[in-house]
Amino acid sequence: MNDRSAMSVLDKPNSYIGRSVPRPNAKRLAQGRATYVDDIVLPRMVHLAFCRSPYAHAEILSIDSTAALALPGVLRVVTMADLQDYCTPWVGVLDHLKGIKSAPQWPLANGKAFFQGEPIVAVAATSRAIAEDAVDLIEVDYKELPPVTDMETALDPDTPVIHPELGDNLCFERSIDSGDVDAAFAEAAVVVEETFHFNRHTGVTLEPRSIICDYNPADETLTLHMSVQCPHMSKNLYAKHLGLDEDKVRVICKDVGGSFGLKIHTYSDEMAAGALTVMLGRPVKFIADRLESFTTDIHARDHRVTAKMAFTQDGEITAVEMDDITGIGPYSVYPRTSGIEMNQVANLTAGPYKHLNYRVRARVVFQNKGVMCQYRGVGHPIAVAVGEALIDKGAAALGMDPAEVRRRSFIPDDAYPYTSPSGAIYERQSHRQSLDKLVAVMDYEALRREQRVLRERGIYRGIGFASLIEVTNPSPAFYGVGGARIASQDGCTIRLDPTGGITCATGVTEQGQGTETIIAQIAASAVGVAPGQVRVITGDTDVVPYGGGTWASRGAGIGGEAALQAGKELRRNILEVAGAILQSAPESLDIRDGEIVDAKSGNERMPLAELGRLVYFRGDTLPEGLQPELVATKHYVSRSYPFAFTNAAHACLLEVDVETGLVKLLKYWVVEDCGTVINPLLVAEQTRGGVVQGIGAALYEECLYSPEGQMINGSMADYLLPMAAEMPEIFVDHVTTPTETSELGAKGVGEAGTAGAPGAVMNAINDALGPLDARLSHMPFTPDKILRALGKT
Amino acid sequence: MRLKPRAFEYVRARSLQDVFSVLDAHGDEAKILAGGQSLVPALNLRLAAPEIVVDVSAVEALSGITVVDDVLRIGAMSRYIEVATSDLVARHAPMIARAIPYIAHTAIRNRGTFGGSLCNADPASELPACALALKAVFNISSSAGERKIAASDFFLGTYTTALEPNEVLVSVEVPLTGPGSLFYFDEVARRQGDYAMAGLAARAEVRGGVLADARLVFFAVSDMPLAASAASALLEGKAPGSFDAEVVCEALAQTIVPLEDLTTSSATKLHLMKVLTRRALTDFAGKEA
Repeated sequence: MNDRSAMSVLDKPNSYIGRSVPRPNAKRLAQGRATYVDDIVLPRMVHLAFCRSPYAHAEILSIDSTAALALPGVLRVVTMADLQDYCTPWVGVLDHLKGIKSAPQWPLANGKAFFQGEPIVAVAATSRAIAEDAVDLIEVDYKELPPVTDMETALDPDTPVIHPELGDNLCFERSIDSGDVDAAFAEAAVVVEETFHFNRHTGVTLEPRSIICDYNPADETLTLHMSVQCPHMSKNLYAKHLGLDEDKVRVICKDVGGSFGLKIHTYSDEMAAGALTVMLGRPVKFIADRLESFTTDIHARDHRVTAKMAFTQDGEITAVEMDDITGIGPYSVYPRTSGIEMNQVANLTAGPYKHLNYRVRARVVFQNKGVMCQYRGVGHPIAVAVGEALIDKGAAALGMDPAEVRRRSFIPDDAYPYTSPSGAIYERQSHRQSLDKLVAVMDYEALRREQRVLRERGIYRGIGFASLIEVTNPSPAFYGVGGARIASQDGCTIRLDPTGGITCATGVTEQGQGTETIIAQIAASAVGVAPGQVRVITGDTDVVPYGGGTWASRGAGIGGEAALQAGKELRRNILEVAGAILQSAPESLDIRDGEIVDAKSGNERMPLAELGRLVYFRGDTLPEGLQPELVATKHYVSRSYPFAFTNAAHACLLEVDVETGLVKLLKYWVVEDCGTVINPLLVAEQTRGGVVQGIGAALYEECLYSPEGQMINGSMADYLLPMAAEMPEIFVDHVTTPTETSELGAKGVGEAGTAGAPGAVMNAINDALGPLDARLSHMPFTPDKILRALGKT
Repeated sequence: MRLKPRAFEYVRARSLQDVFSVLDAHGDEAKILAGGQSLVPALNLRLAAPEIVVDVSAVEALSGITVVDDVLRIGAMSRYIEVATSDLVARHAPMIARAIPYIAHTAIRNRGTFGGSLCNADPASELPACALALKAVFNISSSAGERKIAASDFFLGTYTTALEPNEVLVSVEVPLTGPGSLFYFDEVARRQGDYAMAGLAARAEVRGGVLADARLVFFAVSDMPLAASAASALLEGKAPGSFDAEVVCEALAQTIVPLEDLTTSSATKLHLMKVLTRRALTDFAGKEA
């Protein structure tokens, strides 16, 4: 794959790769001219609203919809009995997650409700307001069942089994025992242990889940306008469960107001909209409201981890042992399962380090709360926080600097490719280099001096590190091998238009992260035009090549490589045509800034627009035998490694007000190694946004549930998101270790910020409070918890 | 489930008379719309489902900030932003000017109103505590006539006031701050603009070198703004800085059991009340010096 000859597109003088090209779509978004699903109005469209279970666990005894149905404007009121013939159930399991089990899930509750907010009855009406009026008139008679909410007791023999047919409340279990863990702990100079709690939180997209399902009974086509990350996956799933011909299902996804992983899952209410459009033969719109988002969007984390780490006297990590339990709600979410987050925790904890002794027991249990599944960072924030907190604790016990313990324990630079004790294979990482750069850019020594001085004045500042690895550029090993029809390959079709402009259709999607910008940069560089001359089309399964969309930080690495190869192919094709027209050898020509030029002198030979004119309209003038091909398609799948692991080093500086328990974030630094940086501006934005979400996990965000399984803070007033006023300045710098698996050399960057921040913030708080003998490991670190740790309340 | 309000009738009042006629006709089923920063979300969430909404934003009698004799009169319809930028408020009721930036965010402060906040009576709101600390008087009108209610009689509980369904708050009168007046306003909130975990509006006067008429009023710790009278009484007749703040804090602990919220325990709230009290007393002592 390595084609880094002297003049590859990466280092050509007119390459746009590595430049901070602004986003062409930013203006549209900023002016409020974007097209979100709710902006789309179709003729004869009806609106859905749902009657949802107020209980976490209940049997549905009866449903009376008479009054709702009588309301003018109400078209249909349906229960699961009405949808039986329109939709088949789904089960969130994958073949390669051995032993994972779950129960069938339906568009509406089928006799029992298993979590608060589960849809029971759907109302289709001519307006959303009328549909909501009708929901208020529906009477459902429930028999409350005992809710299982505490994950720690979910497997106890006297805890009710949520799905009796499954036998118990265990969804999935995994263990790793690598090396000789017991011996390593027995021989250790220092052993540290801690129990961590990771708060259940959720993605909170500004644009909620939104869908319009539009079935045309005449030609049996289904068009889905969705706010989604994976259009082709949705195409497959809606066809499969609605019993339609997959080739007749089209998914269109225009602008997306945030996704963060929560728009890659199958949601009952959205599937109900699919069943209803087939039933009614009319377009059906469903937009989740904020309470529905909080209670029914996937949640994430909610892990309790007890872990210990062994060190030599010299500060080298020799062993890690951990026990993880996570509660995932009543179902493993379809089709990616709710076993993946735990799997990542098991795979990645203390991943940057060279110890070979590693033992994990991890269990995923059912409970009567909202469902949990993949959200930005998937398992990484937990794995990173656990490993990095134990290192800091070990460093304190050894009387060593935490940065130095990391340096001594990193996988050595000459050990790559490297197989971790969990079985993960790393191509090449730059931990030591990244940490050294981090320590330099933050001026670590000066901060430590300042910290000491301020402590004497009663000001408690803390510095927290987090070194991490991130799974990106997934191969089929992630889902495909488990039987899910989720593409890990992606494609790009690129064409030269008669105007000389380039149109590029890609299977990766734009969620607001800048995919369209980087695809344009790559295509522009590969062909030889300015990015402004490239128009990128995403999110329409009738138009773009079959692809996986946005997940596991794959857009740049996978979609970008496909665009690069497609662009190079188009360039070859253009030069072949140009050579024939200009009677020059194609190798003697180049394309620069939209012109065919003489490669050596740079002298202009022909604008692309002229070539386009000749090819498209004056084929009669072309040399005999020439059949120009100005469209090229290329696909790319990562095969030589299951994943491209990136790495990063984070540091957080903060101050704890020991009177109020408030944490003031002062500065945050990230040195990121995502391989080739296509657009530094977008990489920095991704990193900062990710760090902010990670800070949210550490300080603010938590889905609070009552013991009865009621979410008690389902509003933006009570569920606290990180906001600009509290965020520190976040400095982003780079070490660049391109992946050798692709010519582009880009790895993903979408999740590393989220992965590192919770651990870095936790370490910084504990560093600040160290002199006061206070320590916290239960996120989020609220003032209440900090004051309790300080013994003030 | 809840995105759109239940259908309601809307009336834009041009005069107090218009307001009275709606309130008299519909009683409990009518809601007054001022800035809409609390009512409109409540409507959309169907937590409020009135038959009729009467918009008072064009009622002249509710607007204006003026000094009348020895009081500052703030029209109920005054937007937060108007109050925050008013020279009269800054001069005569500086505590209010200090408090308003703590209320939510700019967009909300551009729409939300002074009177709306008081009538909404959210126990975590800043202005009810200021009104209590400053001994504000509420001018109330209805078709039956006018009456005045002292701030200490106005707030009855969470979202509950002494207003009758047929009454409207017209304006609030605050005694002009005089020479020797001290005030302190602060709150502890997890994010800028959030409802506080605990807040304190404190005022006192220095007469003849000693504190008089001291009032410590806490918010976000009970079902309404809470005047800590026992603790406040300990300040009377003492020179600022001459007493032990811990004695005052102990009086708080003896007399007040704060209500917890979703993420803050009662004990933490009490601790924060003490922290705020110490800071206020230190501030008073510093100003005197």
